[in-house]
Amino acid sequence: MKTIYMDNNATTQVDPAVFEEMKPFFTELYGNPSSMHRFGGQVGVRLKEARARVAALLNCEPDEIIFTSCGSESDNTAIRSALNAQPDKRHIVTTRVEHPAILSLCKYLEKKDGYEVTYLGTDENGRLDIQEIKDAIRPDTAIVSIMWANNETGNIYPIEEIAAIAKERGVVFHTDAVQAVGKIPIDLKTTPIDMLSLSGHKLHAPKGVGALFVRKRLPFRPFLIGGHQERSRRAGTENTTGIIALGKACELAIQHMDEENTAVRALRDTLETGLLAAIPDSILNGDRDNRLPNTSNISFGYVEGEAILLMMDQLGICASSGSACTSGSLEPSHVLRAMGVPFTFAHGSIRFSLSRFNTAQDVDYVLETLPPIIKNLRKLSPFSAQKSAPACTKSFSE
Amino acid sequence: MWEYTDRVKDHFLNPRNVGTLDDADGVGEVGSLACGDALTLYIKVKDGIVTDAKFQTFGCASAIASSSALTEILIGKTVEEAEALTNKDIAEYLGGLPREKMHCSVMGQEALEQALKNMRGEAPSKMEHSHEGTLICECFGVFDEEILRAIKENDLKTVEDITNFTKAGGGCGKCIDDLERLLTEARGEGVCPAPSSEPSFPAQGMTNIERMHLIESVIDDEVRPMLQADGGDIRLMDIDRETVMVKFIGMCSNCPSSHLTLQNVVEAKLREKVDPNIVVREG
Ligand SMILES: Cc1ncc(COP(=O)(O)O)c(C=O)c1O
Ligand code: FES
Repeated sequence: MKTIYMDNNATTQVDPAVFEEMKPFFTELYGNPSSMHRFGGQVGVRLKEARARVAALLNCEPDEIIFTSCGSESDNTAIRSALNAQPDKRHIVTTRVEHPAILSLCKYLEKKDGYEVTYLGTDENGRLDIQEIKDAIRPDTAIVSIMWANNETGNIYPIEEIAAIAKERGVVFHTDAVQAVGKIPIDLKTTPIDMLSLSGHKLHAPKGVGALFVRKRLPFRPFLIGGHQERSRRAGTENTTGIIALGKACELAIQHMDEENTAVRALRDTLETGLLAAIPDSILNGDRDNRLPNTSNISFGYVEGEAILLMMDQLGICASSGSACTSGSLEPSHVLRAMGVPFTFAHGSIRFSLSRFNTAQDVDYVLETLPPIIKNLRKLSPFSAQKSAPACTKSFSE
Repeated sequence: MWEYTDRVKDHFLNPRNVGTLDDADGVGEVGSLACGDALTLYIKVKDGIVTDAKFQTFGCASAIASSSALTEILIGKTVEEAEALTNKDIAEYLGGLPREKMHCSVMGQEALEQALKNMRGEAPSKMEHSHEGTLICECFGVFDEEILRAIKENDLKTVEDITNFTKAGGGCGKCIDDLERLLTEARGEGVCPAPSSEPSFPAQGMTNIERMHLIESVIDDEVRPMLQADGGDIRLMDIDRETVMVKFIGMCSNCPSSHLTLQNVVEAKLREKVDPNIVVREG
């Protein structure tokens, strides 16, 4: 059975060109870049090149890139660095729709270390209120951390505008750009961002490599302490294969940026319009106008997401869901809840996230097979638009 | 990705007995859209035998499979057998469920109970909670009775388990402390109330000290006067959870039927006034 992979916000296929590029570093080029011999030194030269490629995608200086092991490490490093560099500031501003890499860390800092955190809410389309951000910043705010693009809905936040506000108020600004990098243009020369996180496996590099951009002269406190790698900003012998791969993936991302925003977008739009038209009681979650070109989050009323996913899985289609049952928790996704998506729809949300490796045939196949799946599951369901949700005692308190 | 058994997958992909029964003798509706799963069960009973069962389920794969399994188990059973079914029977029939999904089997059991009550004319088809119960988890609308029963029937040992089986605690988390308390209460004292609407016993929810005082005063005020009337007496020696140790004095100590007194008088009184699980020993 063919695999139709539409779960690229979870992880992506390693581009074959990326794989080719990294291969020699597993075999003949296994030296340690810190070594004094030329055998190791030649690897160091290639790492430098990779760093420059990452910097080129973001339009920043190579020295401003610190390689890490993943997006989560970049996020953790950024927040903790800002807090440790400004010990007298005890307040963090972030949003309710961040990835757990930020959200769980903030909850932890709040609970264990007594920091105060402001979690900004969103409107029903998942949009932030700029005025609220302005109001949330206080003299003791150590960092504002707001994601560039949301992994579940694909919503893009006005990071240029938010970064300018933070700069004006003299507050460190970090953005989790894990979902944005490679999908939309980013220019760190013109956007006053202090720190930015990215993760290799979301842009066709392998898992286990990420990067953190730290603007020159921003006070920085390392998270991993040890050797002098990454100019003592992140200890540990470099993941050479991963870094080489990330460099190549960034180079390819520059080449494919237009394609992401034209061809991939067109596929996504065909899929989205087709599904919304073919399936009654389906709604789009998120900000229709300000979204990643590859993401579509659709809720199918009166059916549950896990059941839909498993039915699709039978046909080789991979996607994900914000339903309670798939999140491993019992509540539907925190992003959809922050948006106030009604329960009738929140449990039946499916996220399709495409990439340049998807084809028009993939989209046709989903358009053909998904409507009957929803129809069948609705036959099983005691609910429908006519016999709607019974009154419920339950209100998610948050 | 959940690890489902082949039987779960089979019952999810090919659910048996889907639909409604217009002439159902009993209907049970539990859960809601908000909670992420809901089940309506229809049963038809003839001459004390469940002759047909149908269901409609909103929920994940294991909720659908549990409902399908429930109907398969039910058909052909006597009403008595049906009454004795628990969530464990459903989980076993499916070759097991992931721990985090046990609440799906509990939902099946609840729907069955509701349908049976509805058949006997004791309840509407839709589950409503008796007013004696206390709402513990607001997020999922779970009452203390359900939680205590799940702890007892499934021998739950952690708060996480309670969440896996009843969903309580799986939302905002503000009820976790209450769940902790119920767990200690249920496990520490080894007593759980009978399901749903039956009145709870006097010592329920008491601390150990309060309970000891209650036992003492029942013996002083109710048991001793009876024995004294017969020229005997009783001394309270020890209390170890549900076991109460006493010593007979005077007439009673040589009375050959003292073991009857022990059971019929002392134990019966304590069970009535304190806790139905009490055992009285002489020592
Ligand atoms: C927005 C966002 N931030 C952070 C992460 C974490 O990245 P990683 O898996 O590389 O730790 C992800 C990945 O799911 C993400 O989508
Ligand atoms: S009240 Fe129980 S989880 Fe919110």
